[in-house]
Amino acid sequence: MNKGTKAIFMTPYILWLGLFVIAPVGLIFYYSFFNVQGQFTLDNYRNFFASGTYLAMTANSVLYAFLITLIALLISYPMAYYISKLKHRDLWILLVILPTWINLLLKAYAFIGLLSRDGLVNNLSQFFGLGVHHMLFTNASFILVAAYIQIPFMILPIYNSLVDINGSFIRASHDLGATTYQTFTKIILPLTKPGIQSGVQIVFIPSLSLFMLSRLIGGNKIITLGTAVEEHFLTTMNWGMGSTIGVVLIISMVIVMLLTNTKKKKRGQLNAK
Amino acid sequence: MQSKASKFGKFYLIFIFLLLYIPIAYLIIYSFSKGTTMANFHGFTLKHYQDLFADKRMLAIFLNTILIALLSSLISTIIGTIGAFAVHNARKRHTKQTLLSLNSILLVSPDVIIGASFLIFFTSLSVPLGFWSVLLSHIAFEIPIVLLMVLPRLNEMSPSLINAALDLGATPSQILSQIIIPYIQPGIIAGFFMAITYSLDDFAVTFFVTGNGFTTLSVEIYSRARQGIDLEINALSGIMFIFSLILVLVYYFIESHNVSKGRKKNRLEAVE
Amino acid sequence: MKRLLIAITSLLIICAGLAFGSNELQKTTGDTGSKVLNLYNWGDYIDPSLITKFQKETGYHVNVETFDSNEAMYTKIKQGGTNYDLTVPSDYMVQKMKQDKLLIPLDKSQLTGISNYGQDYMNKTFDPGNKYSLPYFWGTLGIIYNDKYIKKGSIAHWNQLWDKKYKNRIMLIDSARDIMGLSLISMGKSVNTTNTADLKAAKRKLDKLAPNVKAVVADEIKMYMAEGEAPLAVDWSGEAAEMMSQNSHLHYVVPTEGSNMWFDNLVIPKTAKHFTAIYKFLNFMSEPENAAKNAEYIGYSTPNTKAFKLLPKQIQTDKQFYPDQQVIDRLQVYKNLSQQKVEQYNDLYLEFKMKH
Repeated sequence: MNKGTKAIFMTPYILWLGLFVIAPVGLIFYYSFFNVQGQFTLDNYRNFFASGTYLAMTANSVLYAFLITLIALLISYPMAYYISKLKHRDLWILLVILPTWINLLLKAYAFIGLLSRDGLVNNLSQFFGLGVHHMLFTNASFILVAAYIQIPFMILPIYNSLVDINGSFIRASHDLGATTYQTFTKIILPLTKPGIQSGVQIVFIPSLSLFMLSRLIGGNKIITLGTAVEEHFLTTMNWGMGSTIGVVLIISMVIVMLLTNTKKKKRGQLNAK
Repeated sequence: MQSKASKFGKFYLIFIFLLLYIPIAYLIIYSFSKGTTMANFHGFTLKHYQDLFADKRMLAIFLNTILIALLSSLISTIIGTIGAFAVHNARKRHTKQTLLSLNSILLVSPDVIIGASFLIFFTSLSVPLGFWSVLLSHIAFEIPIVLLMVLPRLNEMSPSLINAALDLGATPSQILSQIIIPYIQPGIIAGFFMAITYSLDDFAVTFFVTGNGFTTLSVEIYSRARQGIDLEINALSGIMFIFSLILVLVYYFIESHNVSKGRKKNRLEAVE
Repeated sequence: MKRLLIAITSLLIICAGLAFGSNELQKTTGDTGSKVLNLYNWGDYIDPSLITKFQKETGYHVNVETFDSNEAMYTKIKQGGTNYDLTVPSDYMVQKMKQDKLLIPLDKSQLTGISNYGQDYMNKTFDPGNKYSLPYFWGTLGIIYNDKYIKKGSIAHWNQLWDKKYKNRIMLIDSARDIMGLSLISMGKSVNTTNTADLKAAKRKLDKLAPNVKAVVADEIKMYMAEGEAPLAVDWSGEAAEMMSQNSHLHYVVPTEGSNMWFDNLVIPKTAKHFTAIYKFLNFMSEPENAAKNAEYIGYSTPNTKAFKLLPKQIQTDKQFYPDQQVIDRLQVYKNLSQQKVEQYNDLYLEFKMKH
């Protein structure tokens, strides 16, 4: 392919990069320097870093996202592992993906029913003599429902990396006298690390912005970074402050990404050697 | 790798699958309840489904949602695959890294940020909010996931395969259509289905950039769920579930079809 | 490659089919076409049977879209790209929209039912001479409680919400002005205060309320209170009316220290296009019979005095929703504040929500 056709061929992608990645991010940066009156100001940043509330909210938000990711990972890894060993594993993994095609809000809506005072969970708990609990609008429910929603997204990359493992490695490991446990910790776990990494990335970041769940299930008692952005953009019309929170989020994402990328590079170099 | 799962493994699988499906089953079961809430089953009825099919607005929203999902996934799959080539072919390591980082921005950004920034973007260009703004946004946030699904396949492909083809006198377009595309096809299909998943599952971005009466199911459900439990929504989830089931079966069919063909090819190659 | 092209083509055909289908459906519901009226209303804020009646009488199709706070509605309209013909802001928001030139003045010559409205609800400070707005409903902010858990008649003051025994029991309406306002009133301050010290004190007081708060939501409160999910809530009078019609254990109280009295109004935003339909609708809603039907369905208090007379006696005499003059005298109306002050209210309120 010569250079000219190549350029035309690449145009849609480059256009996308320019229009939908660089421009919006640029606009968010731009808006973060303006207040409600449309004057240039650094107040938004001052507000964010000086008033303890925003920092505390950020810390909380990160903590919740961390817990959601951890729970999802703990449940998903064994799940992916066992599915990868099944005969019709492709079908089973599709059954894992299936719930993600049921809309997120329908699932949240289901949990409103499940967790309410007369819902299934309380009926069961009463049946076992555990009494009625107030489960809706608690932090625990929020975390569990969020983890529930994220589990398929965690299983998928881990499963993919498990399937990609060359069977001969495991056979070799067994031939060399390694126990199943040793094979798991020394071969399988390290080889699935990229899967875990991308799973964590795919789950952690959206978990920072589950504003509809924090409202429907958490009753707005948990204000995540997402809720704050949504409030500022759609309710209080303080786009400047909303953008500032956005910028802080984007910068921290970039830092996280740079860190994981250098790690990958190093490993790549090692492999090359 | 396909040794048998242990007893505990099977038990665990069943348990988690139950957990994954109970909420959905719960929704669907109550879509047949005569009552008005999701507590205590009041006897079987199809009334809520009748209501749903009589609700033309809801049906239009349903079709719109599917339309947005399919169309945006199709376009984003094409652009995303092109993007994968761009990243793969980048000569300089630096360019590659930059492209990859830029690609990941939309992937790692929380969806409210995507929604908010697109909202600013569309309003500053005075693009009216509605079908087109939603479609463009969906395409935009689906591209990176397609790229990430296709790129590993491209990277796995050994250069010797292409070199061999070149040596045998294949033209670049032949190489593309006969070797590269078939090789990365599983990645493309996976990317396409991931894109559909993202589109159907999206709420936040659509919530920010929609307007003018155009809504997708998630936005509609959000506004209805806040007004209380309405078993028509349960009926809707029943329909959605069947629809997803059909899609999954289609995907499984395509995949297994590919695999069996691939195996045949491998066998042939082995014979040769 | 060939198979890929076939797949792409068939997908495109499916898409075309879907687009056609949804377009046809929208045509039958009349979302497109010219004989329409686009109403941007609060959630569940009009009797659906009235819409059917209006459509039958006039042939105009009504598209209803909903919002759940004045601020969200304002943002949508200000930002443009919409085509709403009528919307329903509250008092202070009418003033704000008027200031920001987002409203089109009413053509009084086309209004036939303006004399049906009571003088108490016309010519308010937020819109002198009703140049831009017609009253739709009015109401108050108050406390709803369930007598299964709280002794009947024992709730009368805002300060009771802070009682430690109601830990994790209260549902609050998600509205900056209302929640900041109740804290201000409980300290004996005005709901329109611009004094930063007062506002900060009100927010500090709210922080102490946080442990008692179960959720800060909106329309959901109705369902949860009716189902007994929480024993206490702060919400608007009409919401209370609907809950009470579903659960007889619920009661509505306007605290004795006073509260907010608000007026929702029909206005024409600058995005309006279908003016014949707009005036037909305004006149339709002004007819006593229709206004009464709407009031009975929604449960808020009607400003249409002729409609009020048509309501059942038991509603007319219900002090919870049509309070005595001495109660009304203690109620305060929100005024539009400067942008800076609005921001301060919002910020402090958001900080309160983040503090949980």
